[in-house]
Amino acid sequence: MGVNRREFLKIAGAASLFGLGGKTAIEILAPGKVEASMEALPLTGGERWAMVVDMHKMDDALMDKCIEACHREHNVPDLGNPKEEVKWLWKEDYHHSFPGQHHQYIGDHFKHTNFLLMCNHCTNPPCCRVCPTQATFQRKDGIVMMDMHRCIGCRFCMAACPFGARSFNWGDPYRVTRVEELKKLNPGFPTNREYPTRSKGVVEKCTFCTERLAKGLLPACVEVANKVEEGAMIFGDLADPESEVRQVLKETYTIRRKPELGTEPNLFFIV
Amino acid sequence: MLETALKGKQGYWSWLIFLLVMMGIGLGCYLYQFNEGLRITGMSRDVSWGFYIAQFTYLVGVAASGVMVVLPYYLHDYKAFGRITVLGEFMAIAAVTMCILFIFVDLGNPVRIMNVIMFPSPTSILFWDMIVLNVYLLLNVFVGWNVLSAERKGIPYQKWVKVLAYISIPWAFSIHTVTAFLYAGLPGRHFWMTAIMAARFLSSAFCSGPALLILICLIVRRVSKFDPGKEQIRTLGGIVAYAMIINVFFYLLEIFTAFYSQIPGHMVHFEFLFVGVDGYGKLAPWMWTATGFAVLSLILLIIPSTRRNEETLAVACVSVIVATWIDKGLGLVIGGFTPNPFERVTPYWPTTPEILITLGVWATGFFILTVLYKIAVSVKEEVAA
Ligand code: SF4
Ligand code: SF4
Ligand code: SF4
Repeated sequence: MGVNRREFLKIAGAASLFGLGGKTAIEILAPGKVEASMEALPLTGGERWAMVVDMHKMDDALMDKCIEACHREHNVPDLGNPKEEVKWLWKEDYHHSFPGQHHQYIGDHFKHTNFLLMCNHCTNPPCCRVCPTQATFQRKDGIVMMDMHRCIGCRFCMAACPFGARSFNWGDPYRVTRVEELKKLNPGFPTNREYPTRSKGVVEKCTFCTERLAKGLLPACVEVANKVEEGAMIFGDLADPESEVRQVLKETYTIRRKPELGTEPNLFFIV
Repeated sequence: MLETALKGKQGYWSWLIFLLVMMGIGLGCYLYQFNEGLRITGMSRDVSWGFYIAQFTYLVGVAASGVMVVLPYYLHDYKAFGRITVLGEFMAIAAVTMCILFIFVDLGNPVRIMNVIMFPSPTSILFWDMIVLNVYLLLNVFVGWNVLSAERKGIPYQKWVKVLAYISIPWAFSIHTVTAFLYAGLPGRHFWMTAIMAARFLSSAFCSGPALLILICLIVRRVSKFDPGKEQIRTLGGIVAYAMIINVFFYLLEIFTAFYSQIPGHMVHFEFLFVGVDGYGKLAPWMWTATGFAVLSLILLIIPSTRRNEETLAVACVSVIVATWIDKGLGLVIGGFTPNPFERVTPYWPTTPEILITLGVWATGFFILTVLYKIAVSVKEEVAA
């Protein structure tokens, strides 16, 4: 790769200071390198986005940070009731993350190790197949998206997703009856004024941060994880043989949840 | 013909008023749910469908079973059923209406329901289910109504009515097959992922629906001058017997597959239903009750003398309805969601508003059923007189 993302942004930033824009700007400031990087860099050009979580570099504290970052970014409220829970990114122990894999002699260390789970953005997603309104659909870049303005709340997709990745808004996070209690649970809510807030009766889930990708930013969880532990989470395009995710998958042993179901999850774990 | 529904004895009116009150209570609770969201139900992230969808599934069976009187009459020229085909069709109308209402009250965003039509999605089984159910409703409205008005005028019904009646026969099978596909095609839900799901649905439909019809025939005979007929009831009894035997047989097939293979994911749902898992076994007494009633009904239905005796047949029919309702109306949906795909048990039980809304929908169905049957029976009485 010619320039990496940070350099790209630096150059682009400098370029804009000079009142230059787009490709020409970079051409002047970093001649020759631009062709290769244009394809790899903008996070809008992927064909099959995927995530690799390196469990060696993860611990509970870091996972909590990632979860907080995601939920703050997307205004995911804490409703204080497990029955109504909405979650995009969450921790789950080994046994329940990989049911069927555990055995009775497994050491406590493994048994209680938490994994960081989110929507797998499956290549062959059953949630999209069953949706009667195409409110959940697959984008060209592989991301499984939700149109919360179209969803009728039938919850067929929740029955179809074998990974528990989908949450339903059982109530309205702004409803008046519990406003005080909810304010206490969610200080500063909504935490991100730029992100639309939800209404009751629709399904939602992790979107691989499409709104950030569109701006050339990495997903919020990846950004936070890598700030603390470089390489704890790797996000990239599987369609690009040169991408970091492809390199990692080639060189490291990784596992996925329930591969036998044929949904082709795109969330990998290095264990 | 509608005017016949407006003339009735006191019992008829009190029954209708009772149903209206139930509908009113249901509507009130629904408005509460509409405002608060589905959080007022017992459903959760893990058990994301509950009582409503279960009732829907059960009632699709009742609707489909109307074909059990239509088919022998039209395809086998079994004349005796000519008297009661309209009862089968009207039962189907009431049942499909309830199905549609149950789907509606289950939606998180009911005002957007037209999105299903605006963005047709042929890969979604729910989309197809909507089509087959609505067409089935229309078929039964047209056929039932036209056959009955022809009977009233003393003329044979038109050819196109017969064509529609023929179409409605495979259509009845399709509604329950498609409904089974809602469940049977979902990866990761072992309890539902069985190739005989549609066959099980049909067999349970063809025993519970005719059982309900027998009970209704017995009631009709008591409250009106129209007698659906001894032979008719006896033939229906035979249909219930065969279908119930097949239904129980299919269930046992599922149990064999799960427990002989010893695959935990397949066994665990049956364990949950019949003994409980992780200390939660609220459904166990229900499932054993269903088992008891299923056995009782089989005994009464298989022994010829009890099957032919209308009193014991009525007991058998009630038992069939109780057993199949618990199996489909509680066990199927709750058992399929618990334990969840990660082997966790999240308890689910319908809340009071949820039950009241459910009763409201049932009352609506029975309201429609009563009015339609009143019309049918009045016409039959008129023709006989
Ligand atoms: S993890 Fe679930 S919600 Fe996400 S794409 Fe796969 S099936 Fe759909
Ligand atoms: S709940 Fe919404 S996203 Fe899910 S299947 Fe129904 S309409 Fe589609
Ligand atoms: S990719 Fe974005 S939406 Fe998905 S879990 Fe990470 S931060 Fe949340």
